[in-house]
Amino acid sequence: MLRLATLWTAGVPAVAPAFSPGPSRYSSVTEAITLVVLLTEFAMLRAGLSRSQVRLYAFQSFAVSVLAVFVAANNGIGELYAVAILAFVLKVVVVPAILTRLLRDAYVGLVASHRLRVATMVLIAIVVSVLAFIVIKQLPIRSPSLPTATMGIACAVILVSFLLVILRSDVVSQAVGTFSLGNGIDVANFIIAAGLPLILGVVLLFDLLVAAVVFGLLIRAHHGRARTLSTETLEQLRG
Amino acid sequence: MGWELIVVMVVPLVVGLASWWTPAKLSRVLSLASGLLSFVLALTLIPARSATALSGWLRVDALSVVFMVTVAFLYMTTAVFAAGDLRPGGDKRYLRRFFAGFNLFAWAMLMATAVNGFALLWVAIEITTIISALLVAIEGTDTATEAAWKYVVIASMGLGIALFGTIVLYEAGTVVFGSSYEPFYSELLRAAGRFSPELVRLSFVLAVLGFGTKMGLVPLHTWLPDAHSEAPTAVSALLSGALLAVSFYAILRFYQVSIRTLGPAFPRDILLGFGLASLVLSSLSLANQRDLKRLFAYSSIEHMGVLAVGMSFSTRIAVVGVLLHVLAHAAAKSTAFFGAGSVTNTFGTKDMRRIRGGTAALPWSGPMLLLAVLGLSAMPPFGLFRSEFLIVSGGLTDPKDAVAAVLLVLGSAATLGLSWFASQTMLTPAGRRPPSGTGVRGSSEELAPAEACPALPGSPPARSSAWIVAAMATGLGALALLGVHPPGVLSGLLERAARELGALR
Repeated sequence: MLRLATLWTAGVPAVAPAFSPGPSRYSSVTEAITLVVLLTEFAMLRAGLSRSQVRLYAFQSFAVSVLAVFVAANNGIGELYAVAILAFVLKVVVVPAILTRLLRDAYVGLVASHRLRVATMVLIAIVVSVLAFIVIKQLPIRSPSLPTATMGIACAVILVSFLLVILRSDVVSQAVGTFSLGNGIDVANFIIAAGLPLILGVVLLFDLLVAAVVFGLLIRAHHGRARTLSTETLEQLRG
Repeated sequence: MGWELIVVMVVPLVVGLASWWTPAKLSRVLSLASGLLSFVLALTLIPARSATALSGWLRVDALSVVFMVTVAFLYMTTAVFAAGDLRPGGDKRYLRRFFAGFNLFAWAMLMATAVNGFALLWVAIEITTIISALLVAIEGTDTATEAAWKYVVIASMGLGIALFGTIVLYEAGTVVFGSSYEPFYSELLRAAGRFSPELVRLSFVLAVLGFGTKMGLVPLHTWLPDAHSEAPTAVSALLSGALLAVSFYAILRFYQVSIRTLGPAFPRDILLGFGLASLVLSSLSLANQRDLKRLFAYSSIEHMGVLAVGMSFSTRIAVVGVLLHVLAHAAAKSTAFFGAGSVTNTFGTKDMRRIRGGTAALPWSGPMLLLAVLGLSAMPPFGLFRSEFLIVSGGLTDPKDAVAAVLLVLGSAATLGLSWFASQTMLTPAGRRPPSGTGVRGSSEELAPAEACPALPGSPPARSSAWIVAAMATGLGALALLGVHPPGVLSGLLERAARELGALR
């Protein structure tokens, strides 16, 4: 078994040494960036325009790309630069552009799509985030690249993205919620699996691109038929 | 050996891409050839212990071959069905989209069974979601768009969870392999005993939640009845017989790692909970269905529950039964959906209250639909009877599993209602109200075939054709073969796969 492990580790590119507690500046910056990702998710919960949702997603993706570059630079993971550049091109530029183009004729307010009051939704999101921190703290995760505390933030992003899909009854918020779930998973990926082979990172990003196109097509089909972005009309099938 | 894997990966992809440009008639022939070739090549892999290609990125063992044969069989029979159901001369845009999506969907599912590693497995299953969502929406109706939207949102969220589970499993592997490694199955399995139990436990739960969403396990099943009922019939058959099985395959890959790290108790408890919930809810829901295709969709949830409960027994005989159940369910459910497609085309409705005299209107596909329904209800001599018998026998070997085994039998008995409803639809002569108190109520709007209208956009009303009959006969033949006398080479494959799943006792 040990021989197998040695063979495997011998064949892979050298990755940075395990994360050490200092210098604290690195911890502070990475925690700040992941916090920005989480706060953007909260902002999506209350955004009232489809245009705002897409812009917030682009901003959140930008923060994730910056985090990737920061992790790559600090830990010497060359492959992560490529993933960061591709993530920037696809998530910050291409996917928002596709959504914007498909929604060109459907820029309408989404304020009425909140299933609960905004304050209530934010409170629920805070409770869910705290739960994520408590649960993750119990796990024996030793990150080689990021402060382990950021794992709690990543999980909070994932859970709040679920809330976004559940508590907003419009197709744009639900699509953006699904994509931002991907951003939360990306942050978790940088924390615990930064060395994931480049080819897999690239495949995952192209997968997102195709998913964005499909979501966009379905949004357009729905808007074309129902003349609304609300999902309230999508309730014919029951039982 | 390994070139077969490359051919299986390349041909459906090329045919899928080519179908976007080629005329419908040619796409139909290419799809048939690709389906047949994929099935033959999958069969040639049965005797091999394993096959590898592309420097280990593609690799099949006995477990993956079981699922590859399942997918390839359905790809072939569905291509035959589509040849009769969608005739050239219909809406060209629709046919072009259908054949491109159909072949790419089959390709993605075949890829899921052939790739070697958890990350690529996730990618393949995500591709199946993207393509199949478009296929569900292809008919462009309000309900099809609704079903596709629910499907793509719920399945994407589920797969997000599954990806998180994959990353957590990757983290568990870093203890042995270091920070950067390829998460190949065989290497992870060899080292799984040294992984952190907490991380493996979390990854297994996340995988069951994530892939369980695509498998249709209760309470994650809500997209399934809508998507299965609104998709074109050929797609419904692939969704039910192949896609659910592929999602189950993904769970089994995590199960393999989990039992090596944690022992069998934790994975079996999780699967037992989801399996029993699926059995109970689907049995109750079957009684309320009026839509023929929704009826079969709920039957799929019930059979996925059987698979989960069967795996929780974790004895060799039960696991062999589970794997046989995957094959038999694919054959039975595809045949049932093909029959439902014929009925829908003939009567212009899926509402069972409005359909009467099915066997009179469809003298070939009508009786075969009834036989398929009997097969789905686990009646002898069909394959699902044998598989459920093996699963229950496996459960009864351990006293603490006996209650679950009895529940499984009761759950299956509840699905006899499926046979009752379908029999009412097919055997009650047109114009006669069924007996009161039955699940199918009479309606003043009952339709006889003469009132039928075409159901598919741009396609002439294909009530039934030799192609459809051939597809159904192939499915029924396979179902009977699996029940009466499964070939020795197949039994050997199932035994090997059960051993790979750690079922030794």
